[in-house]
Amino acid sequence: MDIGGINPAILIASLMVASVPIMLAAIGELVVEKAGVLNLGVEGMMIIGAICGFVVAVHSGSAVLGFVGGALGGAVLSLVFGLLTQFMLTNQVATGLALTLFGQGLSSMIGQGYNGIKPPATEPLNLGPLADIPVIGTILFRHDWMVYGSILIIAAVWVVLKYTRTGLILRAVGESHDAAHALGYKVVRIRLLAIMFGGAMAGLGGAYVSLVRVPQWTDGITAGAGWIALAIVVFASWRPWRVLIGAYLFGGITVLQLNLQAAGAAIPVEYLSMSPYLITILVLVIMSSGRGKAALNAPAALGQNFHASR
Amino acid sequence: MQRRTILKGGAALGFATMMGGKLALAQGLEKVKVGFIYVGPIGDGGWTFQHHQGALAVQEQFGDKVEIVWQENVPEGADAERALTQMALSGCNIIFTTSFGYMDPTNAVAAKFPDVKFEHATGYKREHPNVSTYNARFYEGRAIQGHIAGKMTKSNKIGYIGSFPIPEVIMGINSYFLHARKVNPAVELSVVWAFTWFDPAKEADAAKALIDQGVDVIAAHTDSTAPLAEAAKTGGKVIGFGQASDMAVPEYMPTPRVTSIIDNWAPYYIKRVQALMDGSYAQVDVWEGIPGGEVLIGEITDAVPADVKAEALAMRDAIAAGTYHPFTGPINKQDGSAWLADGATAPDGDLLGMNFYVEGIVGDIPS
Repeated sequence: MDIGGINPAILIASLMVASVPIMLAAIGELVVEKAGVLNLGVEGMMIIGAICGFVVAVHSGSAVLGFVGGALGGAVLSLVFGLLTQFMLTNQVATGLALTLFGQGLSSMIGQGYNGIKPPATEPLNLGPLADIPVIGTILFRHDWMVYGSILIIAAVWVVLKYTRTGLILRAVGESHDAAHALGYKVVRIRLLAIMFGGAMAGLGGAYVSLVRVPQWTDGITAGAGWIALAIVVFASWRPWRVLIGAYLFGGITVLQLNLQAAGAAIPVEYLSMSPYLITILVLVIMSSGRGKAALNAPAALGQNFHASR
Repeated sequence: MQRRTILKGGAALGFATMMGGKLALAQGLEKVKVGFIYVGPIGDGGWTFQHHQGALAVQEQFGDKVEIVWQENVPEGADAERALTQMALSGCNIIFTTSFGYMDPTNAVAAKFPDVKFEHATGYKREHPNVSTYNARFYEGRAIQGHIAGKMTKSNKIGYIGSFPIPEVIMGINSYFLHARKVNPAVELSVVWAFTWFDPAKEADAAKALIDQGVDVIAAHTDSTAPLAEAAKTGGKVIGFGQASDMAVPEYMPTPRVTSIIDNWAPYYIKRVQALMDGSYAQVDVWEGIPGGEVLIGEITDAVPADVKAEALAMRDAIAAGTYHPFTGPINKQDGSAWLADGATAPDGDLLGMNFYVEGIVGDIPS
């Protein structure tokens, strides 16, 4: 079963776990961008989610409550961004970047005294006989509930965006806020809700890092995962299932190259590490060429502020 | 007319301050402003945390005669120059740059501020008279860890998470492997390069990749406690070591953290600031280790059998006494060519430029 000293089943299983944080953050950002808002503060919201989730989990003794706390923390921080950009009409790019800096500083402050504590464990779900199926059991049925939860969230976002009226309204706001406004939709309110959803998802992803991936708190623990999530949204050209693929690709290549090294495979890891970014740049190039199909999918009002007086 | 007067005044004032600064330096400084540039966050629990402990020790030693400033998370490379320049402009008298990747930026900025002292950790370039370098002989600690690893591994597979393929890290890998092989000829080493100093999730992934391969002793040369957190998940089957800082967290003891290498920077930082105050400051290239107290070995826990613990402590004492050098021949390079003859010890120059694995390690060093 081993290929080059690596058991592919174990590899795929680790890849699925490694991809959860960026997948959650990316699907949240996708909804935000679909509503026409560009929030570059994903990294900040993730790390706030990581520390809030950690603090709640440690004090309540429940990892589940920790995840709720992480999501709430991310959502509250995103509300700062929402108020600034939607009511005070600040520049979204600058506000998003500031949000990341703010989140990093704030998380470091909240995290004082939480170094070296172990959070309550998140055990893999017990799926009984399913987990014992060779290969498939290892790959699919031995994870913790967040792994399945993150895939369900992707599916839910896909259904909502594609098949429901809510999704249609959200997309309308992102494509042309003026038209949506003329139809009587509350553009600002819808965008605020989308921003909060994005914050909650980023917070959830951050909490997964501090509660499951690296079960501990360390300053700067997300170490740039939020930026990768932003890249995945572009890579996915704003389609939910492609976010899943993108997250597996980005998360997978990291895990793959580490495993290849551990197994002693003689391949240049630098190139492998580079490849997801190269693909993202390629997608950006195709998009900006104007003829690329993907360009059609970028929300038309992305990054533009809306005011009813216009 | 008026503007010119102001300019003149400004120039005169600047000149006066410059002279004042020069004069003060010759006699020693009354009050010293000390800057620290960190590659990660202070809360990393490892490398940066330990440098900051040194900074705090300086503050404690000199009280209000010093002012401490620091900047965390400064990327290695061009951005470091900006941070350094800013610090020099803000009136720092001495700036410690605490990561290998600040080597060129430190030298570049030092050229522009001849009156500011720059101290670069773990590097070897001193292009200007105001640049000193300092380092610790971590490989001495790695020898002790390698001994424990060789004795304690059950799968005969030990692992090492490398950060970047620089001499500093490579000599640690070699020292770790040599001493594990010495006590356990069947031992095999897997090296994983993380290409980062600080990224807890990636460090944990690297540890997991090693554990998936059957490795049961993991040494890490990255800055966070994440590899220990990953090892802790195995419930005592996998052990590891505190790196750069003691990492003596109750949760990680007695396993997975069985001992640690502690970087003790405080005495050096205090000495250098003191020299600046005395006016005795001079350019240096310092490389202390266990004998000088710059590298400490953290408590060895009960997870290590008593005889192994005694051997490890004996090795530490031998290194401290100067009777044992971790790189003592005969040692061959990976390709089988001779490096050190029987009984010869490694010259510092060889260590500081080390770019090869010793015989027995499988795999290539990434270029």
